[in-house]
Amino acid sequence: MQIHNVFQPKRLSFWESLNAWIFVAPWILGFLLFTGGPILASLVISFTHWDIVNPPQWAGLVNYETMFSDPLFFQSLKVTTIYALLAVPLQIVVGLFIAMLLNTKIRLIGIYRTFFYLPAVLPIVSVAVMWRWILSRDWGLINWFLSLFGVYGPGWLSEPEWALPALILMSLWGVGSGMLIYLAGLQGIPTDLYEAAEVDGAGRWASFVHITLPMISPVILFQLVVGLIAAFQVFAQPFIMTQGGPQNSTLFYLLHLFRNAFEFFRMGYASALSWVLFMYIAVLTLLIFRFSAAWVFYEGEIRNE
Amino acid sequence: MAAISQRATLKPAPAQKRPTDWLKILTHVILIAGSIMFLMPFIYVVSTSLKTAGDVYTFPPEFIPEPIAWQNYPEALTAMPFDIFFFNTILLAVGRIIGLTLSCSLAGFAFAKLRWRGRNTLFFVVLLTLMIPTEVTLIPRYILFAKLGWIDSFAPLLVPGFFAENAFFVFLFRQFFMTMGQDLIDAARIDGCSFIGVFTRIIAPNAKPVFAVVAIYIIQNNWNSFLLPMIYLTDRAKYTLALGLRLFNEQYYSQTQLLMAASVFVVVPIVILFFFMQRYFIQGVVFTGSKG
Repeated sequence: MQIHNVFQPKRLSFWESLNAWIFVAPWILGFLLFTGGPILASLVISFTHWDIVNPPQWAGLVNYETMFSDPLFFQSLKVTTIYALLAVPLQIVVGLFIAMLLNTKIRLIGIYRTFFYLPAVLPIVSVAVMWRWILSRDWGLINWFLSLFGVYGPGWLSEPEWALPALILMSLWGVGSGMLIYLAGLQGIPTDLYEAAEVDGAGRWASFVHITLPMISPVILFQLVVGLIAAFQVFAQPFIMTQGGPQNSTLFYLLHLFRNAFEFFRMGYASALSWVLFMYIAVLTLLIFRFSAAWVFYEGEIRNE
Repeated sequence: MAAISQRATLKPAPAQKRPTDWLKILTHVILIAGSIMFLMPFIYVVSTSLKTAGDVYTFPPEFIPEPIAWQNYPEALTAMPFDIFFFNTILLAVGRIIGLTLSCSLAGFAFAKLRWRGRNTLFFVVLLTLMIPTEVTLIPRYILFAKLGWIDSFAPLLVPGFFAENAFFVFLFRQFFMTMGQDLIDAARIDGCSFIGVFTRIIAPNAKPVFAVVAIYIIQNNWNSFLLPMIYLTDRAKYTLALGLRLFNEQYYSQTQLLMAASVFVVVPIVILFFFMQRYFIQGVVFTGSKG
């Protein structure tokens, strides 16, 4: 191994390349075996009927046609989409609001931050078990709180029109990680921008609309996409709290997929469901990026990776 | 710049000071109210977990139980083998920490610091896989592991870890290693240090924070993980805490105080970890958001 090779960036050293390939080999193998391969496999499986035990049978597009006559498919798509449309923007607004409050120079900020962030790190199964009790109609914390204002709270998880709102409300409890990201974004905004705005006579609201929002819009975009993908992966909450009920009002997409795959062993149909979801998320993400140019502001290449 | 700040300070002081004081008080009030709202569910659950069966169903609820039913905890935790669930969860966490930190950091090192053909293309693939929802690979992976006879073992949860299955960690390591200087590496190379030597003696020791962030992520994800353990593990002796708690939730549905004690038990290790390692939790999240 000659030393001068190290100092010639234009000429690639064989030894260095070999080392690099060895270092990334586990990832390449893992990608082929556990990600890339399975993605293609799932597409192929989606064209079959397969219960794993017996050999798969070619089904062509039957699984995709079945979807159109499966009312639960549409129900799960509807439930998940409504959840995403309501929960994700609410999480952004609440997370940003708390972050704005924490971005002022006040005391005890570390303690507040801990309190708001803590629920976000708790394991989801525990959270689901806990919230089933918190949302209980007769003995729950939420309805006790409402009763202080003379409101007689509903059976959150037992009435079809309240179960999904209850899960959305619960999701706001975990808004802490988003809050931290906004806080970091807010702290990265140069203060001279605000000073300049103040000199120009801009009020707080004007500063918020014309400085804060544009400056953290890339972070909001990021959270929007991440939140959307997370919304389509909601599983443990309905599985443990409502089993998709009442009347399928919390039949999330992944729950429907899970039942087809691991309860009815319809691997072909479940794979078709997963591909439709994949495409649906991809299209939504593309749409968000497409329309993001109108409202996302980038500071220039320097901050881009 | 100087002119601007001068003009800003030229404003009459009292007129500017009063509204900020008011705002500070208002901010504190909202933050305290918010903190209470965020903590109340947890307090309520802990309080329920310490009530006797007869005291649980009272309205309005009493937040300080009387008498305090400490026995709920031993009762709940011996009703099912929670010690085994705990051990299994720790075992999986340790296995995943070893596999993922090794494989992801090495890949991150190659992407950040080595020069080779194909680097950018492959790194683009890493970024692409970040966007793929887990549902898509769920079924083929299950079938693969079923055909390998790995169902009802820890292998489906551990083995992919050794193959850098988490693209986000590869990305995280790569980004961190990118910030480390090339000079030290080149100097070590001149002294005859191998590439793996550069990694173990220079890169890794100087990247402890990112290893800590990743390890904490893995512990938290592992505690959180539900769907995958549920489809792969069927024997109760192999259950994790999340699976055990779900089973408990079904069998002790009506004994709310025991159920809450069990769920508090599952949560406590993460809460403790959080209080001691808060810095790394926060660093991880902030890094995700700002570099994403």
